[in-house]
Amino acid sequence: MTPLGLYVPGASSLHRLPAGAKFLGMLVLVTVSVVLGSPIALGVICAVVALGYPLARIPWDRVWPLLRSVLLLAVVILALQTWLLDVRSAGVTVLRLVAALGAASLFTLTTRIDDVVGAVERALDPLCSPRMLGRFGVRPDRVGLLVGLTLQAVATLSGIAASVREAARARGVERSVVAFAVPFLVRTLKHADELGEALAARGVADE
Amino acid sequence: MIEFDGVGHAYGERTVLEQVDLSLTEQRVAFVGLNGSGKSTLARMINGLVRPTRGRVLVDGLDPAEKGAAVRRRVGFVFTNPDSQIVMPTAGEDVAFSLRRSGLSRPERARRAAEVLAEHGLDGYADHPAHQLSGGQKQLLALCGMLVLDPDVLVCDEPTTLLDLRNKRRFVELLGRLRQQVVLVTHDLDLLGGFERVVVIHGGRVVADDEPGPAVAYYRELAR
Ligand SMILES: Nc1ncnc2c1ncn2[C@@H]1O[C@H](COP(=O)(O)OP(=O)(O)OP(=O)(O)O)[C@@H](O)[C@H]1O
Ligand SMILES: [Mg+2]
Repeated sequence: MTPLGLYVPGASSLHRLPAGAKFLGMLVLVTVSVVLGSPIALGVICAVVALGYPLARIPWDRVWPLLRSVLLLAVVILALQTWLLDVRSAGVTVLRLVAALGAASLFTLTTRIDDVVGAVERALDPLCSPRMLGRFGVRPDRVGLLVGLTLQAVATLSGIAASVREAARARGVERSVVAFAVPFLVRTLKHADELGEALAARGVADE
Repeated sequence: MIEFDGVGHAYGERTVLEQVDLSLTEQRVAFVGLNGSGKSTLARMINGLVRPTRGRVLVDGLDPAEKGAAVRRRVGFVFTNPDSQIVMPTAGEDVAFSLRRSGLSRPERARRAAEVLAEHGLDGYADHPAHQLSGGQKQLLALCGMLVLDPDVLVCDEPTTLLDLRNKRRFVELLGRLRQQVVLVTHDLDLLGGFERVVVIHGGRVVADDEPGPAVAYYRELAR
């Protein structure tokens, strides 16, 4: 259950937008929604983001799991904030969150990781010249790979969590923290180990 | 050609390989042996993932412990668990990832990746989320990620363990067609049909080194 969606192939105008421009657009949307304090303006942003989904022709069966986890999160935060503060600020926080998560998801749903990595590399290229970050050994292609692997890790970790939860349920210990945490950690570490080896075998350490 | 010259290995205090001398010139070589006998350790030495603590390994005259990068350009490695080998979200991106140092442009890499996928039974899967492929398809994808670099040697460590009968058969047929020298580690004796040489490892030593018939007979005797 992750609030971020994984790439859905498509040819919509959102898919065809260059990754860098789309990323900036998403950043602007997220920033604006953090800055804005008016529930109406935030509602408009949420509506604009929501319109992006049919525009990108994201199938409903991909939208629903995202929507469900965002709604769940929204309800919890709304309840908590209403209790701690007041309804208005709770509403603003939730709208901000929905706008930001919605925009970020729309971005990951319509952009190939490869293109994200490429855009990150291009954007960092001037920054990583020998006189700037390059001095500290920062290399744009490495940063790009890191971004790609991080996004991929989200999918892998949620997969591991789901299968560990399933196994715990099969043994009737779904409420035990240990029954979840121990195999989850072991499998995550094992995965990290194997991934490291596979990357080495593909020459990543050799560059 | 892959040479093991007086190779030994210890993880900490525990010696797991001793005095392995092998010169692998055949196109199809398999390592078999009981669990923990040292097969994976030996296979990992071929591309420098494990460095021998004694003796040395040579791949076409290059020592993986010293010239790791050059050796890994010649040697592809397919692991047991395809999930850990796939590093990019879609099949096409994952294969293209192998080509990032090839000097090809992004669209060329994507096209080349799609070609290799099509050649190996994953036609039309370039944009498919990699983690939604079946186990057999993932293993094929891992293989594609290696073959796109056209290595001279392919080392596979129990690549069919997670596959069903049909996918296993496909994988084996595919291995049979490759121009690469293949070093296969396996517990599945059915796979050894087309092999020229089978090396039996036991307790960290080579105890038999023969054609499949006699080598497998020896191994069966060991396992009793
Ligand atoms: N990273 C490690 N650290 C310590 N010991 C290890 C490590 N990897 C393997 N060993 C030990 O080395 C020995 C040989 O392991 P290896 O993985 O090479 O066996 P194998 O023949 O591949 O076995 P299997 O058929 O079960 O895969 C085993 O006793 C194992 O416990
Ligand atoms: Mg092994």
